[in-house]
Amino acid sequence: MSAGSLLRALVRRPVLALALAIIAGVFACALLAPLLAPYAPDDQIFDGLSLDGAPLPPSAQFLLGTDTLGRDLLSRLIYGARTSLLIGLVANGTAVMIGLAVGVIAGYFSGLLGGVLMRFTDLMTAFPALLLAIVLAALLKPSLWIVAMVIAMVNWVQVARIGYTETRSLSERDFILAERAMGAGNLRILARHILPHLVPTAIVWGTLGIATTVLLEATLSFLGIGVQPPQPSWGNIVFESQSYFQSAPWLVFFPGLAILATALSFNLIGDALRDLIDPTQRGRD
Amino acid sequence: MLKTLLRSTALAAAIAFAPAAALTLAATAPAMAQAQGGDIVVTYKDDIATLDPAIGYDWQNWSIIKSLFSRLMDYTPGTPDLVPSLAESFTVSPDGLTYTFKLRKGVKFSNGREVVPADVKYSIERAVDPKTQGPGAGFFGAIAGFDDFSAGKATGLSGIETPDTETVVFKLSRPDATFLHVLAINFASVVPKEAVEAAAGDFGKKPVGSGTFVLKDWVIGQKLVFARNPDYFVKGVPHIDSFTIEIGQEPLVALLRLQKGEVDIAGDGIPPAKFLEISKSPDAKDLIVDGQQLHTGYVTLNTKIKPFDNVKVRQALNMAINKDRLVRIVNGRATPANQPLPPAMPGYDTAYKGYAYDVAKAKALLKEAGYADGFSTVLYSTNTDPQPRIAQAIQQDLAAVGVKAEIKALAQSNVIAAGGTEGEAPMIWSGGMAWIADFPDPSNFYGPILGCAGAVQGGWNWSWYCNEDLQKRAVAADSMSDPAKSAERIEAWKKVFVDVMADAPWIPVFNERRVVAKSKRMGGEPNIYVDPTRVINYDAIFVKN
Amino acid sequence: MALLLARRLLQAALILLGVAAITFVLLYALPADPAVLLAGRNATPQTVANIRHQLGLDLPLPVQFWNYIVHLLQGDLGRSFNQKTAVAPLILARLPATLTLMAAGIAIEVMIGLTLGVIAAVRRDGAIDRLVMTLSFVGVSTPQFLVALLLLYVFAATLGWFPMSGYGTPAHLVLPAVTLGILGAGWYARIVRSAMIDVLGQDYVRTAHAKGVPAARVVLRHALPNALLPVIAMIGIDIGQFMSGAVVVEAVFGWPGIGQLAWQAIQQVDIPIIMGVTLVSALAIVLGNLLADLIAPFIDPRIRAG
Repeated sequence: MSAGSLLRALVRRPVLALALAIIAGVFACALLAPLLAPYAPDDQIFDGLSLDGAPLPPSAQFLLGTDTLGRDLLSRLIYGARTSLLIGLVANGTAVMIGLAVGVIAGYFSGLLGGVLMRFTDLMTAFPALLLAIVLAALLKPSLWIVAMVIAMVNWVQVARIGYTETRSLSERDFILAERAMGAGNLRILARHILPHLVPTAIVWGTLGIATTVLLEATLSFLGIGVQPPQPSWGNIVFESQSYFQSAPWLVFFPGLAILATALSFNLIGDALRDLIDPTQRGRD
Repeated sequence: MLKTLLRSTALAAAIAFAPAAALTLAATAPAMAQAQGGDIVVTYKDDIATLDPAIGYDWQNWSIIKSLFSRLMDYTPGTPDLVPSLAESFTVSPDGLTYTFKLRKGVKFSNGREVVPADVKYSIERAVDPKTQGPGAGFFGAIAGFDDFSAGKATGLSGIETPDTETVVFKLSRPDATFLHVLAINFASVVPKEAVEAAAGDFGKKPVGSGTFVLKDWVIGQKLVFARNPDYFVKGVPHIDSFTIEIGQEPLVALLRLQKGEVDIAGDGIPPAKFLEISKSPDAKDLIVDGQQLHTGYVTLNTKIKPFDNVKVRQALNMAINKDRLVRIVNGRATPANQPLPPAMPGYDTAYKGYAYDVAKAKALLKEAGYADGFSTVLYSTNTDPQPRIAQAIQQDLAAVGVKAEIKALAQSNVIAAGGTEGEAPMIWSGGMAWIADFPDPSNFYGPILGCAGAVQGGWNWSWYCNEDLQKRAVAADSMSDPAKSAERIEAWKKVFVDVMADAPWIPVFNERRVVAKSKRMGGEPNIYVDPTRVINYDAIFVKN
Repeated sequence: MALLLARRLLQAALILLGVAAITFVLLYALPADPAVLLAGRNATPQTVANIRHQLGLDLPLPVQFWNYIVHLLQGDLGRSFNQKTAVAPLILARLPATLTLMAAGIAIEVMIGLTLGVIAAVRRDGAIDRLVMTLSFVGVSTPQFLVALLLLYVFAATLGWFPMSGYGTPAHLVLPAVTLGILGAGWYARIVRSAMIDVLGQDYVRTAHAKGVPAARVVLRHALPNALLPVIAMIGIDIGQFMSGAVVVEAVFGWPGIGQLAWQAIQQVDIPIIMGVTLVSALAIVLGNLLADLIAPFIDPRIRAG
C-alpha cells in the first residue's frame, strides 16, 4: 500500500473521496467543537422552547432547530461527534488489541492455551451480542468509558478469529520455520515476523470496526443505557427525541443521518483499505 | 411502584366511619343514559404481569384486578367514597377493634359457586401467607394474629372469624383508622380456594372471581380478552360487553391508532411528543381526559450523605429549583408543588407557602453552610422519557447555585435498588416512580417514604430521613380511629407534613395531572377514566350510542 | 460425517453451558435485588426475606447455578419473577412471532441480495457494480431504529398504507420485515457477487458460453445454483443474529417476539426470563453456525479435506 495507490483509488472512486471528506469533517467537529458550535451543547436556552414547551424547527437562529429542553441541535450534534469518535476510537482500539492478542496467542501457541482461548472465543461468538451489551451496560453504572468498554467486550471476537487464522497460516510458513530452526525465541518471532504482518489487518478492522462501534453506541443510547445525559451523543439525542419523530422529525433524522454518514464512510474507507492491502480479496468478503 | 390514582376528600373518612350503624349499599348510582353494549380496545406497552389479586401490584394490572374480583368494600365510581360491596352492611365496635360484616346473599364466583364467609377469610390469609410472596401482606398488619402468621408460627389469622354462613368478623390488635380502605384494596379481593388450587400456582393466568368481568382469552405477549360477567350482583353493571387489552404497543403508536379509531383507550397515556398536537386539535375535547391525581414528583436529598446531612444545604436546594420551567417542560401538565401531599389529599396545607424560588437566597444559605463554592453530587433518574430531560433541567438549575450534579439515568429497577441502599444515591428524581397513594389517606404518603420504617435496606424512604418525634406523632394520628376525631386526625397529619418540610428531606417539584386519551365513541365523566382508586374504571365506562 | 456431527453437537452443548454460566454470574451481580422489587414498597423486611427464601436467592451462588442447570436439563427454564409464571411457555408463546419475522426478513434479504449480487457480478467493475457495492454498505451502516422510524413515519403514519404496529395479519409484517430485510440485504449482495464472480470464471461456465448457450441461461441455470451454497451458509449465521438482534425493531413496531420479551425483562430485572432468552438465542446462534459449518464442505472442497 502506498500513498500513490490510495490517491489513485480516490480519484477512480469519488465515493471514497466523499467518505474521506466526511470522516475529516467529523474529526474537525470533534476537535474544534467549541469553535464550531454556535451554542454550548447543554445550554437550555429559554427562547429555545415554544411557550407551551415544544421544540423549535430549524430557523436562522437555530440552524437545525432545538431539542425538547430548548438546546441547539446543531451544537449538540457537533459535540456529539466528539462522543461518537471517542467511543469509536477507544472501544474499537481496545477491541482490536484484545482480539489480536487473543488471536495471535491462540494461533501461535496452538496447544492447550490456544485451544482454551479459541473455545472461549467460540463461546463469545455464541453470545447474543446486543443482549450481552445490554446486560453489561445495566450491570455497570453507565458512563462514556463504561459504554466504550462494553462495546469492546462485545466486538473483539471477530478480530480474534481473523488474527488466529492469519497467525496460524503465518507460523507454518517457511521463513518462520527457518527462524525457529535457527533458535529464535518465541518473543522474537512474534515481534519481528508475526505482528508486522498483522498490521494491515489491524488497520482494516480498526477502520471497519469504528462503523460497528458507532452503530452499537447509538443503539445502546437509543435504548437508554448508553452515554449519560446531558453529554450529547448521536444515539442519546435520538433516544431523547424518538417519540417526537412525527411532531419534530428534525430531532430524529439529523442525528440519524450523522450516524449513517459516519458509519458508511468508515465502512467504505475500511473496505477500500482492505482491497489495497490484499488485492486478491477484491470485492470479496 | 404502584401507580394507583387516588383522589380523596375529607368526606371519605367521614362516610367510612359513619356511626357504628349499618350502612346499606348506595349501589352504583343508576346511570342516566349509559348505553349498554360495545366491545372496546385498550392498549399497553408492557405485558400484563399477573392477575392474581394477592400478587398483582402494578398500575396496569391494578384496574383489571379491580374488575375481575370483588371485595367487602369498594368505592363509588370516580370518587374516593367508600361503600360496602360484597358486604351488604357492616358495624364497627366503639373501641374500633371489631369490624362485623354481613355478606350479600347469592353472589356467585364465575365458576358458579356461591361466595361464603370462609372465602373472605381464605383470601385475606392467602394475601398475608408468606408462601404467597405477596407484596400486600403489610397492609393487613392490624388484624390480630398477623405477626404469628407472617412469622410462620400460626396457620392462619386468628383475628378473622366466620361465625355463620353470612358473617365475617375482624378483630384488630390495634385501632387502624385506614382499615376499611384496606378491605377495599386489591389484596383483599375474594377468590375461590378450589380455583386457586386447581390453577396450581398459575392463578395469575387463570383468575376466577366474582367481579364485573371474566377473563375469556389470554394470548401471551399479544392480547387479553375480558367479557362481562352476566351474573354480576349489581344489575346493569358493567356497561360494555367486553374489553380487549392489546400489549406491546408503543404509547405513540397507540395514540395514532386511537386517532384512526382502532383503539379506544391508550392505557399508557399521551406521550409528551403528542400532547401538544392532540390538545390543539379540534377533536381535543372528545379525545382527552385530564384529571387530578394524588401524585407528587419530588427529588430526595439523602440525609445520610454529605453535604445533605446539613439541613441548610437541603433548604438551599429547595430554593434553587425553577419549578415553573419544569412545568413548561412537561407541557403544562402539572402544577408546582411545595409540600409532600398533593392538593387534593386531606391534610394538604393551603396556607403553607414552602420555599420560594430564589437563587440569591439559596447561594447565601449554601455559603452559610460552608459551601460557598458549591459541591459535586449525583442525581439519579429513570431512563424513560421525559424523566432524563427533567433531570437535566434540574441539573441546570443546580448548576446556577454552584452545585454540579452528575446524572445517572438507569432502568427503574436499578434506581429503586440504589435508593434503597444506604449511602448510595445522594439525589433521586422520583419521576416515573413517584409516590401515588394506595388509598386516599395521608398516612399512606408518610410511612414507607418519609417514615423511619422506610429508611431501611430495600426501603422506599430514599432520603433516609427519620425524625423520631414526627414518627411518634404519625403513629398517634393513625390510632385515632374514632370517627368523631377524623378532623382532628387530618389536622395532626397536616402538621406532620409541614414539619417534614422544615427538615427539607425532599424538594417537592410538581403534582402531575393524569391525561388519558380515549376514542370519541367512549362516554362518561373524566373521573371514571382517571378514577382515584382504579385508574380506568371498566365497570363504569360506556360506549355512546 | 456422523462423527463430525456428534463432535460438533457436543461442542455446541458445552458452549451453551458456558453461555449459561457467564449469564448467570453476570445477572446475579446486578445491583437490583429482585426480591425487593417483587415485594413492593409496602413490604416489611420480613416479607423481603421470605420472598428471597422462596426464590432460593439466599442460597450460595454455585448451589443456585447447580439447581438452575438441573432444572434446565428437565426443560424447565424457571419461573418469571415478575409475571409469576413459568418462563418456557412465555418464550414459546413468542417464538412464532420471532420466527415469522425472521423468515420474512431473511426472505427479503435473500431476494434483494440475490438480485443485486447477480447483477453486480455480471456487470463486474462497472458503474452498476460500484453502486450496488456502495449501497450494500449503506445497508450495514444504517441504524435499525432510523429505518424503522422512517418507514413508520412515511408508510404508516403519513400514507397509512400499513398498520402502525401489532401482529396478526400479513400487513403487520411488512414494515418490520422490510426494515430488517433492506438492512441485511447488503451482506447477501456481497456474498452472492463474490461467489458468482468465482463461478463465472470457471471452465464449465466458459465452455457453456463458448457453446453458444445464451448468457442469461448460463447465469441462471449454471452459475447461480453454485452461488447459492454460501447464501445458505449466510442464512445459518443470520438465524442466530435474528434471534437476539431484533430487539430494536420489535420495540419500535410492537412486534410480540422474544426480543421485546427480553427488553421488558431487562428493565424489570426479571432474571429467569433474561436467562431463558439468552439461552434460546445462543442455541439459535450455535445451531445456525453449525448449519453454516456443515454446508461449508460442499462449498469449498479444501475445507472437507482439512
